[in-house]
Parts: sequence; C-alpha cells; structure tokens
Amino acid sequence: MTLGAAGSVEAVFREERGRLLATLVRQFGDLDLAEEVASEAVAAALEHWPVHGVPGRPAAWLLTTARRKAVDRLRRDKAYAARLALMHADAEREAVALPTEEDDVPDERLRLFFTCCHPALPIEAQTALTLRCLAGLSTPEVARAFLVPAATMAQRIVRAKRKIRDARIPFRVPDAHELPGRLPGVLRVVYLIFTEAYAASAGPELVRANLAEEAIRLARILHRLLPDEHEVMGLLALLLLVDARRAARTDAEGALVLLDEQDRSLWDRDRIAEGRTLVVAALRARAPGQYGLQAAIAAVHDEAADVATTDWPQVVELYGVLAQVAPSPLVDLNRAVAVAMRDGPAAGLELIDALADDERLRGYHLLPSARADLLRRLGQHGDAAVAYRLALETVGNEPERAYLERRLSEMVRAQR
Amino acid sequence: MKYMLLLYGAQPAEPQTEQAIQEEMDEYWPYEKAITDAGVKVASDALQGVETATTVQVRDNGERVVTDGPFAETREILGGYYLIDAPDLDAALDWAARCPGSRRGGKVEVRPILEFEAP
Repeated sequence: MTLGAAGSVEAVFREERGRLLATLVRQFGDLDLAEEVASEAVAAALEHWPVHGVPGRPAAWLLTTARRKAVDRLRRDKAYAARLALMHADAEREAVALPTEEDDVPDERLRLFFTCCHPALPIEAQTALTLRCLAGLSTPEVARAFLVPAATMAQRIVRAKRKIRDARIPFRVPDAHELPGRLPGVLRVVYLIFTEAYAASAGPELVRANLAEEAIRLARILHRLLPDEHEVMGLLALLLLVDARRAARTDAEGALVLLDEQDRSLWDRDRIAEGRTLVVAALRARAPGQYGLQAAIAAVHDEAADVATTDWPQVVELYGVLAQVAPSPLVDLNRAVAVAMRDGPAAGLELIDALADDERLRGYHLLPSARADLLRRLGQHGDAAVAYRLALETVGNEPERAYLERRLSEMVRAQR
Repeated sequence: MKYMLLLYGAQPAEPQTEQAIQEEMDEYWPYEKAITDAGVKVASDALQGVETATTVQVRDNGERVVTDGPFAETREILGGYYLIDAPDLDAALDWAARCPGSRRGGKVEVRPILEFEAP
C-alpha cells in the first residue's frame, strides 16, 4: 500500500472503520467507548503510518491500538469501568470467543447493522446511526445528507445511543427464526438512504451522488455478510440498476430528464450488468420479495433501447405481482403509468383517477404530476395545467419543480 | 437487567361476560407458567378496573388533593404488569410479544428499570 496525503489514508479507513467499530463494540459492549477509541486509533494511524510506513496488518494494528486506548480509558475512569464490568458479566455468559491474535479479525458488522436498525429506535435514528457507524460518515455529514442542522442530528444520534445503552438493545445477529422479522427493517434503512439520495426531499440537487454511493456500499456489505438472502441480492440489484441511470437523469444545468428523454448511452453499463446478474439470482427465491421485484422492473427499463420498445406488458405484470407482495398506493400509481404506456394514456388515467381519493397519497406530488403527464399526452391542456399546478404545491426538490413549471408553461401556451 | 412490561388495553364498553373473562384467563395460564418456569418473572399483577382508581397529589403548600379516576384520561388503560429479568431488550420484547396482553388490540409497553447504585 502506498500512501500519499493523509486524505488517502482517511479513504482507506472508510471501510475499515465500520469493521473496527463493530469488533470493539462486540468486545466492550459500549458504542460510545468503541466510537471514541476507534477514532483515536485512526488518528494515531494518520500520524504514524505516513512517517513509519503502513504496518503489515493494518486492521490488526488499528484494533490493537484501539483496544489499548479503551483499556487505558477504563483504568482512568473507575466508575465507567465498573458499569462496563457489570455489563460484561452478562456478556461473559455468552462465552465470547475473541481472537487473541488479530490476524483474521472476524467481521462483526452484521451485529452492528441489526443494532443500528433496531425497531426499538425511531427510523430517522436508524438511518443516521447506520450512516455513522457502518458507512463511517461524521455527524455533520449525516446531517447534510438529511438536510437537518448538525445540532439536531447530533442530538438524534446521542438520544439513540443512550437508548441502546439504557434499554440494553443488544449487539447480536437475530437467530434464523427471527431473521425474517428483522431483516426487512435493515433493508428498509438502506433503501431509505438510497431513495433520499435518488430524489432528494428538498434542496437544490435532484440526486445526491455521495449518498447514493453510500447506500450501494452498505447494500454490498450486507450482501457479503448475508450472501444467501434473496432480498439482500434484490436490494443491491435494485440500487445498482436504478443508480446506473444517474448521469442521464439530469442535464448539464442539473434539470430533471425523465426516462423517455434520457440519453441512454450515458447509462452505466457495468452497473446494469452487475445488477442483472444479481436480479436473476434474487428472483430464484421461492417467493420473490419486494426488492427483487422492483429490481426486475428496473432491469426491464435498463435493457430497453428506448421507451417505445420497452416491454411494458412485462412491467405491468411485475407491478401487479409487487402490488400483492407489498401493497402500496405508490405501486398502484406506477402500475397505472405502465398501463398508460401499454394501452394508451386514457387507460392509465382511469386507474389514476381511481387512486385520487387514497388518503395515503395526499401530500405527494407524484399523483397529480403523473395525471398531468397523461392529460398532456391526451391533448387536454387545460386539465393538464390544473394538475401540474396541483403537483407544484407539494413538490420537494428544485429540479422536479423546474420540470413541472416547464410543463405547466407549455400547457398554458398550448391553450392560447 | 430488569424490565417492566406494562399491559395496556381498551376500556371495555360494557362489563365482560364470564365466558370472555374465562377465555382471557385460559390464555394467561400457559404464559404465566412459561415465564415463571424460565425464571424470568420477578413479579406480576393484574389491576382492578380504572373505575376503582383514585389519584392523589400533594401541592407545594402541603395540601392533599384526592380525585376520583386515573391520572390521565386515555382510551387505553393500564391493566396489569410483569416485572421481568431478561438479558437484553430483544429477550424482553420476545416476552412482551408472547404475552396475551399484546393481542386483541392490547399493547405492551416495555420499560427498562432504572437501577440505582447502593448508597
């Protein structure tokens, strides 16, 4: 390994930090302590390595350094040590086999995933903790990712960590029989991080590239840790297949470009190929799950040369199955749009109007904007304008707003 | 670590029939046996109806105020509790989920017990 500026050392640690943290949490049973000594060990490495060279086993060096710092701290702070010892007494009963030689440091990150995504924590805290502990983002970075003030995010994280400690949320991988109940919660957190990246709920950018990369990285880690879980494959496939279109989703000015107008030569062929392989495996499940099915839909789009030659009957079919596996008015809305592509705008409009009274879609711009697009294609410019105005009332990010405004002014001009 | 399972249920609109009470008891017996045999239960009780509740408050000037009824008028009322000793929250949540009080519209709130160090 060659090391230039400290920045590149930092990059090396992004991945290593989550593993280090998970191992330390496993040993000391305390997230705060683990985070502090992990940071100190990384800081020590940043000082030592550029001068003395990178040690032969960097992960082991970091772990040893962090452990030493943890033991020092426990010696200094007797009360803290006493409390930890108490917790430890319980942990001992579990007979934890820790590696004495840190040559092959076991990957304990799955435990940390299940702790960070524990259903006893509020969902905003789950996403924040996961980004912080497993993606290695700093609190200000996590705050920026969700567009909340850093102080608010810091408080959210502190409160969650306090609950983990005080209510004793364990660091453990659920047993096989618990996994079907717990894994969806973990996948949902990664999915939410990605959807926030994919279509920001507010702000100047449509896509937050860094956050999308973090979500994919987290999905990759999960896939490595749980290689046989079909929904993990499905989720990773979905993120890859959707993210593959990222470069084409906005133009040079950052304006939104919808699927029908995207320059498909900009799509990331490697991501599509990787996603396709995964989705095929994911769909081998006895009962395909929601992520596998969504990934399959994304794959159909990614394989088509343009919107006209997209296999819309198959998209409609897949949304139909998805609506059964994971019923949601958003799935029905997407299915209606696909029906419009298969059978014409009028058929889609009929389905969309049937959803108009669904309380759960209230406050979303997606229903009026989909409706507006179909009315536009039917040449009903007046009605389309009304629907675009309605969508503008609730749209979140600037590029989507700009798109709707452009369409609205087209409709207004067409009426003259 | 000790946890309190607080059993909340809707206030029945009319007095429960004897049969309904019997059915509920029949659900609780196996749970009682399981949680006791596992050595998890520290204590448990069912509370009498909320119509028997009395609330006491002593004001800053020492005045004692006694009022009829529960402290908070809510739709869901505390009907009983289990005090348990479990290794972690997951284990406590498992016992809460097995409790008949978490079914048929009932809910179980799980609260860790605050442990004080000996003075």
